[in-house]
Amino acid sequence: METTGFSSPRPDAFPAGLRVLVVDDDPTWLKILEKMLKKCLYEVTTCNLAREALDLLREKKDRFDIVISDVNMPDMDGFKLLEHVGLEMDLPVIMMSVDGETSRVMKGVQHGACDYLLKPIRMKELRNIWQHVFRKRIHEVRDIESQESLEEIQMMRNGMEQYDDGYLFCGADLISGKKRKDVDNKQDDRHYGDPSSVKKARVVWTVELHQKFVKAVNQFGYDKVGPKKILDSMGVPWLTRENVASHLQKYRLYLSRLQKENELKATFGGMKQSDISSKDTAGNVCPQNSSNASQNNVTNGSYGICGSKIPIKNVDSKIHVEDMKIASVQMAEPKEALIGDITDPQKCSNSRTGLNHSFRQIGLDVKCEPTIPTQYSWTEVPPVQFKQEHKPHFQSQSWSSEVRPVQFKQEHKPHFQSESSFSHLPLARNHIQVDCTEPILSHHPMPSTNEKDKRADIGPNCIKSRSQGIGIVTPVESTAELFSVQPKSHLTHCQEFQLIPSSMWNTKNHSLEHILLNDVDSSQRNLILGTGSSFRLWDEELQGYSPRGDFHPQNAGFENIESFAYSNQEIIDDVPPLLYDSLNFDYGNASETMEYPVIEQGLFIA
Amino acid sequence: MSNSSSRERNLHRQLANMKHSLFDQGYLDEQFIQLEELQDEENPNFVEEVVSLYYWDSVRLIQNIEQALEQNPIDFAKLDNHMHQFKGSSCSIGAKKLKKECTQFEKYCKTGNGEGCKRTFQQVKKEYATLKKKLERYFQFARQVGCVEKACRPK
Repeated sequence: METTGFSSPRPDAFPAGLRVLVVDDDPTWLKILEKMLKKCLYEVTTCNLAREALDLLREKKDRFDIVISDVNMPDMDGFKLLEHVGLEMDLPVIMMSVDGETSRVMKGVQHGACDYLLKPIRMKELRNIWQHVFRKRIHEVRDIESQESLEEIQMMRNGMEQYDDGYLFCGADLISGKKRKDVDNKQDDRHYGDPSSVKKARVVWTVELHQKFVKAVNQFGYDKVGPKKILDSMGVPWLTRENVASHLQKYRLYLSRLQKENELKATFGGMKQSDISSKDTAGNVCPQNSSNASQNNVTNGSYGICGSKIPIKNVDSKIHVEDMKIASVQMAEPKEALIGDITDPQKCSNSRTGLNHSFRQIGLDVKCEPTIPTQYSWTEVPPVQFKQEHKPHFQSQSWSSEVRPVQFKQEHKPHFQSESSFSHLPLARNHIQVDCTEPILSHHPMPSTNEKDKRADIGPNCIKSRSQGIGIVTPVESTAELFSVQPKSHLTHCQEFQLIPSSMWNTKNHSLEHILLNDVDSSQRNLILGTGSSFRLWDEELQGYSPRGDFHPQNAGFENIESFAYSNQEIIDDVPPLLYDSLNFDYGNASETMEYPVIEQGLFIA
Repeated sequence: MSNSSSRERNLHRQLANMKHSLFDQGYLDEQFIQLEELQDEENPNFVEEVVSLYYWDSVRLIQNIEQALEQNPIDFAKLDNHMHQFKGSSCSIGAKKLKKECTQFEKYCKTGNGEGCKRTFQQVKKEYATLKKKLERYFQFARQVGCVEKACRPK
């Protein structure tokens, strides 16, 4: 891994000097790509581990202009990385692979990739990557412009005292909210410059900000409220309606994706659960489900920090939206169930937090204890499950392969290699898993065990999330680490998940164990429970959902879930075309594969 | 001087012939040429470095495949994954024949044909070794040509 010299590009030489981060586990390719990019006069930084790449990116948000990443990497799936980058840093990401199968490419696009290159890569393909950066900048300039007027108004207000009263009128005009293009810029030393040199004041949806957002959204109901109301309610002066609007869209899509996942999971038997759970835990470093009660929001905010592990976990534990998607087709009934089963928000939030915690813990060795009493005894399942040994790379692979046939139409191969992150917590995971599922159960008496089963099977990660909270699984995980707001979303999802599966599966057996034991074949269970690989499975399976912006489905009210269940299509319809890129277009592909990644609840960057 | 230049030219021609035959016989493809085009003053031995790196790194990839083939029962998903990695790496140097064998291997893998995989893997290893020898010879020769060039260069 190397470092770059500068931290900002030379605008005059654009696209020369474009700061590219290349991530590929294959050293040969890394060397070749580095040379190729240097030939294009780009500033190259190489990295052979996804995790390291994320660290580099997080270390200094403005350090790179674009990221190029391979799809198959041992420590983390390329799609996950893609999601993370999109959510956290909002950088354009180009995927690469030897495999040019349409489904993979589609997955890449769904996850928000700007482009998908096939190896061997030609120079001319690399020469043009700057267009993605340019395009993004142009879009951002638009956002900035709208934001700028607000900011300038602020500045004007601040600087008002330096001027005589004559300026007050000017300020009033500005304050009226008009975009100013040629305002007196005495105080304003901001300049647009040409798109390539604009230092975008990109809105970074931090955990706190997102929490405020979710809180505002929940006040009105996520599906009914408009950005203006949310903006007003949030009370963040520098935020614009546009920022909120785009964030809201992503959020809605995220929620609907989660819902689909739930459905999917229900169908598939809970593989995903682990993902969800892991997400939750990851989100909250805290452990505890019980403590959640008070926190929904608080905990959300506390994501904490599980440490480096969390990130990994989150990634893996992502809820596989894909699964959800597939399930969504069958979701007619669950929706109802969903509505009916929605427990009170408080509980949900608790569980959410729990989940979040569990997720975090997963990363850390989470030990999330399900504070919520479970109706089913998960503990029975565990012994079987823990046997699984999770070796860092292979486990997930075998796991996925085992799981695959049974549960998902897994298209992607077990490139799970991200297992390693999980391997350290096998035991913890297992426990967590159990825990995770419990809360879910408790909240939803319905035999949503399927979901749980799935989750349990999926792996420790999944389970963990379950216990934590309502069971939103995975999507939140990945993002959990980034945003503490996840807890809420977790809960929401959990609920959704739970409800949906149960009704969907028409399962007569309400006991979790029963479901677990019966639905999943023991090897799978073992696999899933035993290791973090479950996360991986989730990831693999569920990939596909992670939109660029993760949504934190923090709907406090369950009515949201309902609306999710029913209004996926509506949501989609409302989403402006632009957003489709980053969103997993599950709707269309629900039946295809379950590989959509889980939306990360944690990350939600507008 | 003319002797040196004709000697140089001869060597160059021989080198070119070597390369052409590698292409004609299907050992290498376009990607190799791309690598050559990347070679410049800053990295005068770029192609050789890349190939060396490939052969050094691919050892573990081959081991992974072998280990996976030894399992009983064979985990085809894992096996496929390993081969995918190996194939991806191999295509970085333009190893055409090798890639073909890998593709064949992948077909057997997808159908869960363990015997087919094992057989094909023998072919894969064979091609891998053959290409290695040929490239080693090629680079060795290229270095000689380079030396001669330097020696012949007017000071």
